[in-house]
Amino acid sequence: MSLKEKIVSSYIAFEDHLEDDSPIHELRNEAIKTFETNGFPTKKEEAWKYTSLNSLLKNDYSILPRKADHTIEFKDVKQYFLHDIDTYKIVFIDGVYSSFLSETTHDAVDVCLLSSALSKSKYKSVIEAYFNKAAKQDSLTSLNTAFAKEGAYIHIPKHKEVEKPIEIINFSTGNEAAILLQPRNLIVVGENAHVQIIERHQNLSNNEVLTNSVTEIFAEKRAFVDYYKIQTDNKSASLIDNTFLSQERDSNCNVHTFSFGGKLTRNNLNFFQNGEHCESTLKGITILEDKQHVDHNTLVHHIAPNCESHQDYKGIFDERSTGVFNGKIVVEKDAQKIDAFQQNNNILISDKATINSKPQLEIFADDVKCSHGCTIGQLDEDALFYMRSRGIGTKEARALLMYAFANNVLESVKIPELKRRINKLIADKIGVSLGFEL
Amino acid sequence: MLKIKNLHARVEDKNILKGIDLNVNAGEVHAIMGPNGSGKSTLASVIAGKEEFEMQKGEITFMDEDISEMDPEERAHKGIFLSFQYPIEIPGVSVTNFIKTAINETRKSKGLEDMPAGKMLKMIKEKADLLEIDRKFLSRSLNEGFSGGEKKRNEIFQMAMLEPKLAILDETDSGLDIDALKVVANGVNKLKSADNAVVVITHYQRLLDYIVPDFVHVLMNGKIVKSGTKELAYELEEKGYDWIKEELV
Ligand SMILES: Nc1ncnc2c1ncn2[C@@H]1O[C@H](COP(=O)(O)OP(=O)(O)O)[C@@H](O)[C@H]1O
Ligand SMILES: [Mg+2]
Repeated sequence: MSLKEKIVSSYIAFEDHLEDDSPIHELRNEAIKTFETNGFPTKKEEAWKYTSLNSLLKNDYSILPRKADHTIEFKDVKQYFLHDIDTYKIVFIDGVYSSFLSETTHDAVDVCLLSSALSKSKYKSVIEAYFNKAAKQDSLTSLNTAFAKEGAYIHIPKHKEVEKPIEIINFSTGNEAAILLQPRNLIVVGENAHVQIIERHQNLSNNEVLTNSVTEIFAEKRAFVDYYKIQTDNKSASLIDNTFLSQERDSNCNVHTFSFGGKLTRNNLNFFQNGEHCESTLKGITILEDKQHVDHNTLVHHIAPNCESHQDYKGIFDERSTGVFNGKIVVEKDAQKIDAFQQNNNILISDKATINSKPQLEIFADDVKCSHGCTIGQLDEDALFYMRSRGIGTKEARALLMYAFANNVLESVKIPELKRRINKLIADKIGVSLGFEL
Repeated sequence: MLKIKNLHARVEDKNILKGIDLNVNAGEVHAIMGPNGSGKSTLASVIAGKEEFEMQKGEITFMDEDISEMDPEERAHKGIFLSFQYPIEIPGVSVTNFIKTAINETRKSKGLEDMPAGKMLKMIKEKADLLEIDRKFLSRSLNEGFSGGEKKRNEIFQMAMLEPKLAILDETDSGLDIDALKVVANGVNKLKSADNAVVVITHYQRLLDYIVPDFVHVLMNGKIVKSGTKELAYELEEKGYDWIKEELV
């Protein structure tokens, strides 16, 4: 039985256990049909030309979440939290909510679980207004929708500034030989509300994990969303991240993606600017080695006029690692006076590493400022010699250049503790610790 | 201190240095002058260990040790400093962080602990004052967007911090106005002692009014064709290089 067949038959068992009056019952049924019709994407599709899921689909994944037999002690996973500062935490273990590791709230803001939002009537109106409204109806997103049951539910009412960051962490324990996880996050940020969110996926064993996550974020008028994705999972874990941000006027949304780990990572990051004067920022640092693969597939859809978008992705590729950057900017006919900027810079450390970088601009308005640039290079030999001539060893000199290269992405991380952590993650990744922070 | 014998070096398949002999002793100041493209910067780079240049023949010893196979960082640790003709821009790394890293890496090579932060700060302040460098300047990205003069002043600041035994200053005067030139020269002179040596590469006699050389060498077409005392520099300033060419034939 192929994975697709297994998934479709699991769906029947899954749906049997759910109440028919769930507000998303019909959506699930439609979604599984979409997945059944389209299956997993293949390299024949333009958007998947450089990323093949084939090797991942051979594993015999367990599809429906089961509670781990053993519990996880906080001290064993402490390192994955921003433990030096106070945060809200929504934690899942093998796809099942862990109340023990979490710290949720219903006090003025809702930082809780999608499962409760889906089952309790008081959330019904929010679910009906937002759930699956920003997500594309493609095959992988549909697969997630069909099984959507658990994930983070965050609702920040208007004018509310959440006083501490929210961490969404998905652990897997290896209690199944191979597991497919499909977290589903719904985040609604009301008018003039502010929120900072950090998302992380962490495999605690060497068993195979494939995560197909969907996150929908709605930023109402003047809302401010700062979202960080830390992708430092171990090399038996793969991630397909489907994130959709729907912005109303005067809202400001930033997503930073730090991709240093995992076997295969695909980021489908989609921004929709529905109102005037929106700002969107998409930034990423990718540092890979071995046979790691990271594919950034971004879309910024300018629907309304007078908006801005900035994309800045830096990649450093060693050994046989491969990177893909596919940045699409669409400017609709009515979206005049758009300022869209896109930059993708790459350094290939090894001659066996590969990067495929492709901008895609579809501009239907005539009064827009749209710029894009892509560079692929090596570490600058003259700069290396300059540093070495001052007594800085080759390894440190290279590290310094890599830090410097990635710095302007790191610069805009607004949580100091997080910035310090990412600095450390970079240091660990390139094997050199600098005596200072950038 | 530095002994160079019959040095030949090339880049790609172009011979640039064609038999250089040079002896620099502790306490001395040497000036190397010569027309553009004669090989002055190449000589400096070869001494500092740039791998791009292939040493085909000859010897380089520093403090009686053969350095010709050493990495650039190793030479730096032994006390060789090159002030670049064209300093490299390193966006994202501040002047302060860069120099801290350089100093601590050098200390590490000698088995020493990092310099205590307080001592480092004090030293940075002292040397910045010596070279009349504004504090704000030190937190800027290294050489990024610096004017020509700022770059050169920053090179000498780094030299002052690293306290090398042998400093090679490659056209440090270019890009400096007369006031800046005096400040930089004053800095170099303050650091000068009986235990260290300076090699000044320059086009113009001007700098040599402030950093007074014990010896002047003329480098032409990859060879030192004439050596003398500081009077030779005045002669070159007055008459250019053609008369030396004529003398040679
Ligand atoms: N990296 C290089 N590749 C090829 N030619 C070089 C390189 N560096 C220097 N040269 C050549 O070597 C010669 C000497 O250059 P240089 O040492 O910079 O002279 P100077 O400093 O005396 O002006 C010049 O003809 C220059 O073009
Ligand atoms: Mg030169």
